[in-house]
Amino acid sequence: MTTTRAARKTSFTSKASNYLDERTSISGAVSFLGRKIFPDHWSFMLGEVALYSFIAILISGVFLTFFFDPSMTHVTYEGSYVPLKGIGMSVAYHTALDISFEIRGGLLMRQVHHWAALLFVASIGLHMLRVFFTGAFRKPREINWVIGFLLFVLAMAEGFTGYSLPDDVLSGNGLAIINGMVKGIPIVGTWISYFLFGGLFPGTEIIPRLYSLHIMLLPAILIVVLGIHLVLIVVNKHTQFAGPGKTNKNVVGSPIMPTFAAKAGGFFFLVFGTIMLIASIFTINPIWNYGPYDPSPVSAGTQPDWYIGFADGALRLVPPGWETEWFGLTFTWAIIIPIIVMVGFLMLVAFYPFIEQWITGDKREHHLSDRPRNNPTRTAIGAAGVVFYAVMWAAASSDLMATHFHVNVFHVIYVLQAALIFGPIITYFITKRVALALQKKDREIVLHGYESGRIVRRPGGEYIEVHEPLDEYERYRLVTFETYEPTKERPNAQGRISAGVKIRGALSRWFFEDRITPVTQSELEASKHDH
Amino acid sequence: MTAQHDADATPQEHAVETVDRGSAVTQSDSFSDPGLPPHKPRQTDIHPAKEKRAERQVFLWFLLSMAGSVFAIFAYFAFPITEEDFGSVRINNLLLGLGLSLGLLGIGFGAVHWARQLMSDVEISEDRHPTHGSEQTRARAVEIFKLGDEESGFTRRSLIRNSLIGALALFPLPAVFMFRDLAPKQDAVEAISQTPWETGTRLAIDPTGTPIKASDVTIGSAFHVIPETLDSHAHDFLDQKALSVVLLVRMPEEQLHETEERKGWSYNGIVAYSKICTHVGCPVALYEQHTHHLLCPCHQSTFDVSDGAKVVFGPAARPLPQLPIAVDDEGYLVAQRDFTEPIGPSFWERLDHIDDEHPESSARTEDRA
Ligand code: HEM
Ligand code: FES
Repeated sequence: MTTTRAARKTSFTSKASNYLDERTSISGAVSFLGRKIFPDHWSFMLGEVALYSFIAILISGVFLTFFFDPSMTHVTYEGSYVPLKGIGMSVAYHTALDISFEIRGGLLMRQVHHWAALLFVASIGLHMLRVFFTGAFRKPREINWVIGFLLFVLAMAEGFTGYSLPDDVLSGNGLAIINGMVKGIPIVGTWISYFLFGGLFPGTEIIPRLYSLHIMLLPAILIVVLGIHLVLIVVNKHTQFAGPGKTNKNVVGSPIMPTFAAKAGGFFFLVFGTIMLIASIFTINPIWNYGPYDPSPVSAGTQPDWYIGFADGALRLVPPGWETEWFGLTFTWAIIIPIIVMVGFLMLVAFYPFIEQWITGDKREHHLSDRPRNNPTRTAIGAAGVVFYAVMWAAASSDLMATHFHVNVFHVIYVLQAALIFGPIITYFITKRVALALQKKDREIVLHGYESGRIVRRPGGEYIEVHEPLDEYERYRLVTFETYEPTKERPNAQGRISAGVKIRGALSRWFFEDRITPVTQSELEASKHDH
Repeated sequence: MTAQHDADATPQEHAVETVDRGSAVTQSDSFSDPGLPPHKPRQTDIHPAKEKRAERQVFLWFLLSMAGSVFAIFAYFAFPITEEDFGSVRINNLLLGLGLSLGLLGIGFGAVHWARQLMSDVEISEDRHPTHGSEQTRARAVEIFKLGDEESGFTRRSLIRNSLIGALALFPLPAVFMFRDLAPKQDAVEAISQTPWETGTRLAIDPTGTPIKASDVTIGSAFHVIPETLDSHAHDFLDQKALSVVLLVRMPEEQLHETEERKGWSYNGIVAYSKICTHVGCPVALYEQHTHHLLCPCHQSTFDVSDGAKVVFGPAARPLPQLPIAVDDEGYLVAQRDFTEPIGPSFWERLDHIDDEHPESSARTEDRA
């Protein structure tokens, strides 16, 4: 493409691009991607934070692999951290200490790795909430939602396997809990635990095995899945909020070259730099304080990494005595039930897009992000799910809450048990009401303008507040959204209404019974004549 | 919605609108799209001086970044880690880290500032098209599959097709069996159902291994205990320890409630219980002397040591297994035998390994009030 010009004006870049293009036809990729448009909104950056913290994880993780040795062979500590001198420990723990105390920048890289991992999972969670509350999971993005869900699960798995590697008291204790949970699984649990640990707990196999998963298998899967995620974003193009000039049929924003690339590239450095700053100032996971793993000691008030909290909390909320012995076999409900609840909850999250599409029956493509208020039922469901998760998560700190607020830990658990059931229900109703109220307010604003805060006295003597009318752009932003009505339960060819149709009708009523429609032109006209 | 507006307005887009819209309401009288608002120029677009200033700021950020990276290299050498000096680790971490942070953040702030102040901020609109391929590519794809089928005979030659499916289904199966040797040959349930405690094994202090004389256990005291025979150099030391750790407590005999069956299991008010929680297996390490409660720090299961270690709170379902103890000729505490039931978390086959002579193990003594 540049051959003729390149021949005359032989700058180095044009020569180089020409050289490359003649061997790769890369100009095709540049012309396809170079001016792709990305819409701008702060909430669209959450996925980017996840991506960039993952890169920080990869960079710091590779550094750690050069020094870390996952062996569980027993050795005596001879390193330079005085309090542990002469103590027996595994090679894994020893090398993790060496990274911290013998290698310049080693502690920094460990801390970067750990802080980045915490940020990674957190940003994935927030990103997922953004996608949920704006309805960005609707057709054609359902598959990408499921892929994103996989990334979330993979990230937690990466975090847990990583947390277990240094073989300190906390990480070993986390593995003890996993061992106990696995053993509680009916029929196969005992054997799975046996295979996992290569015999008895803790054995000498588990850390090398987790290491293979942590640095090879899981990252490889994660990178592939992440790649698909990003490709689908390009294929589907990003959603945007509705507004003047921003429709379901276009995407408005800045082009990749140069503005988006500069912003996103700069943002990578900001995220990495912030992680680095935190890692240089704040200690995380000071494994030297915990000591090497030993099945005997454990200290109160220790916490798993934040994203494992919900699982730990789910275990804590089980009331005593949940176990039965039938036919000489042990059913450990205290473990089975929380696992079912957690897996069930995660499955609901994974399949929500399909459920909602079944209820609306809407098969069109949706490229406009909903404002959360404009889909009150979905928003309320999401808020209820957040509370459900949050209660489980809070339960993982029940002992800390008890000591902090000087209350009995038993009572904390009772309160949380109640909150787990009633919290989501109450949240659902409150959120739905709030969303509807906000929609009403939007209508008011469209019909009567903004409250200006200016009070004037009418000739008749009464006082009124002046309302500033909206300009057409602002108005359009407030009236552009989609509404649904409950489906009618139509009988099939035999004149019967099948159970599926009835359920769907009921769900549809539940979803769309309370709804507020956008202001129409005639409504606005009518309201003007009122004055 | 605009989408519908456009569809109503432009007939060629009707194809898209034939897609089922489900229960979505068609708004007949909605507002029409006024189009993108006019672009508002930035200060840097209007005033060359402001533009120059922004340029200088970007330059300064990049300069700062360079300074940070150079400082990081300097700090790496100038503030090394010195042997046995924790302070030097901290200084190295802090200064190296600050240098690197500045190196990164400088680039970040500079690039973002450049993009926001100096690059065009005119919003550009790009058209979307339905995600599915065009009618042509779809027809071509179908045709390709048809050709593939015809040329290979995949549908026609059902015998070889089905045998291929069979072969593909079977070939990964050996891989499943190859994982058998993830664990030793021994039966899993056998392996986890015994502990190193044997008749006559002395109770020793964890971690020193010093045997405990009954006379040294004062009322109200609690000991963390391991079997004296535990060899801290053995390759399976931690496994054996994880099975055998015990908590030993002495309380006034009148406060100890024992069942008939277990009357002979204690000595002078001294009782010994497995320290591995029956919930999911954390060490139950916190003993509250005045309530005789043993608290598991992991999920707050609470056991009453004065009453057969039954569960008084928390998710654990069974009491902690009790280790029957006695005193040997020299006055040392010894185990009468191994536990009469598997220690630790419940598992599917647990009941297979309850000693027949002591059916009244925790599975049954538990009284659920
Ligand atoms: C993708 C998501 C990942 C997450 C969420 C994650 C998380 C973690 C966590 C929480 C730890 C414990 C850190 C500590 O001890 O302070 C850890 C340790 C470790 N990770 Fe990762 N990691 C990830 C990817 C990787 C990758 C890709 C590599 C290498 C290529 C890696 C290599 C290591 C090594 C060697 C350790 C042990 C060293 C030590 O404890 O200091 N990690 N990881
Ligand atoms: S392990 Fe003891 S309460 Fe969960």
